[in-house]
Amino acid sequence: MGDADELIVSIWRGRETGGLVEYRVPARANQTVLDVVTEVQRRHEPSLAYRFACRVGVCGSCAMTVNGTPRWTCRTHVRKVAADRRLTIEPLRNMPRIKDLACDMNEFFGKWRRAGGVFRGSRTRDDPPMAVDPQSRNRQAANAAIECINCAVCYSACDVVAARPDYLGPAALNRAWTLINDVRHAGRSATLAQATADGGCASCHTLGSCAQHCPVGISPTASIAGLKRLSLLSFLRRTPE
Amino acid sequence: MSERRLFALQRLSALLLGPLVIIHLVLILYAVRDGLTAAEILARTRGSALWAAYYGAFVLAAAIHAPIGLRNVLIEWTPLPRRAVDLSMIVFCAALAALGMRAVIAVVGG
Repeated sequence: MGDADELIVSIWRGRETGGLVEYRVPARANQTVLDVVTEVQRRHEPSLAYRFACRVGVCGSCAMTVNGTPRWTCRTHVRKVAADRRLTIEPLRNMPRIKDLACDMNEFFGKWRRAGGVFRGSRTRDDPPMAVDPQSRNRQAANAAIECINCAVCYSACDVVAARPDYLGPAALNRAWTLINDVRHAGRSATLAQATADGGCASCHTLGSCAQHCPVGISPTASIAGLKRLSLLSFLRRTPE
Repeated sequence: MSERRLFALQRLSALLLGPLVIIHLVLILYAVRDGLTAAEILARTRGSALWAAYYGAFVLAAAIHAPIGLRNVLIEWTPLPRRAVDLSMIVFCAALAALGMRAVIAVVGG
């Protein structure tokens, strides 16, 4: 155990193979986990690789595994997660590791495309903007899921992704759900077809880890349940796939 | 068969199996309350279109439901190629349906 004004921080160094290296940094008031990682890099380990940009919970780039739990580190206060002043910081799960705390997110974002997550407008700049009723059921459903910051915390928390690498994952399916509920999106049926295909919403076991860990309070579980409902309805209505 | 169809068939067969299983269990408790013999069962089931339809539907729903669920388990937990999983589940479905129907015919026929 370190001094009362000191944190003992174990950080993953290496790629797929590597190990935890222990550092001691001063405990400060209102210190976030990202502050700790930055302090380690600035004062102890200049070669430590990690990602961050905005530091205020908007960009979604600083997610890491903190004491075994995926978290956005810029908005995670040390005192809330390290009562005993010990921190173990590792990269996110379910993605290839590049170096230290940085993961390769290519496949994570590739799955957004595979889930039909690319918006396709139906109007040109010469047309008047489409009217969207903010009170409509579709818009309310989209609003509930739209604030995703692409941090991959849900993807890292999901045990189905761990068991089945071709599963699109909560973030990509949540994105598909927002588009299917967006009246401006011209490819809604195509998005539904992609989100319900092999590795899509039917692979979800409703474990709920995504909703539990989402830092912005979205429930991808609810979005995926919506996709499952639409999948069943489209089957019953014999909508072509 | 598409994932959408498999998902729908698994959910719809579950919808059917729920009440069928409950009725089946309640029936067992009721029928064995003071002993039960094969002759008593056959006396009630032989030639009964109702029991043939009931257990025929039960067997079909189970033969559809179980292989789809087991397929998901095999995909997630084993390194088997998808084709091997799908083919073995078709065989499993056929076996469940054949064995189940054989039992149904045995108790309602003859």
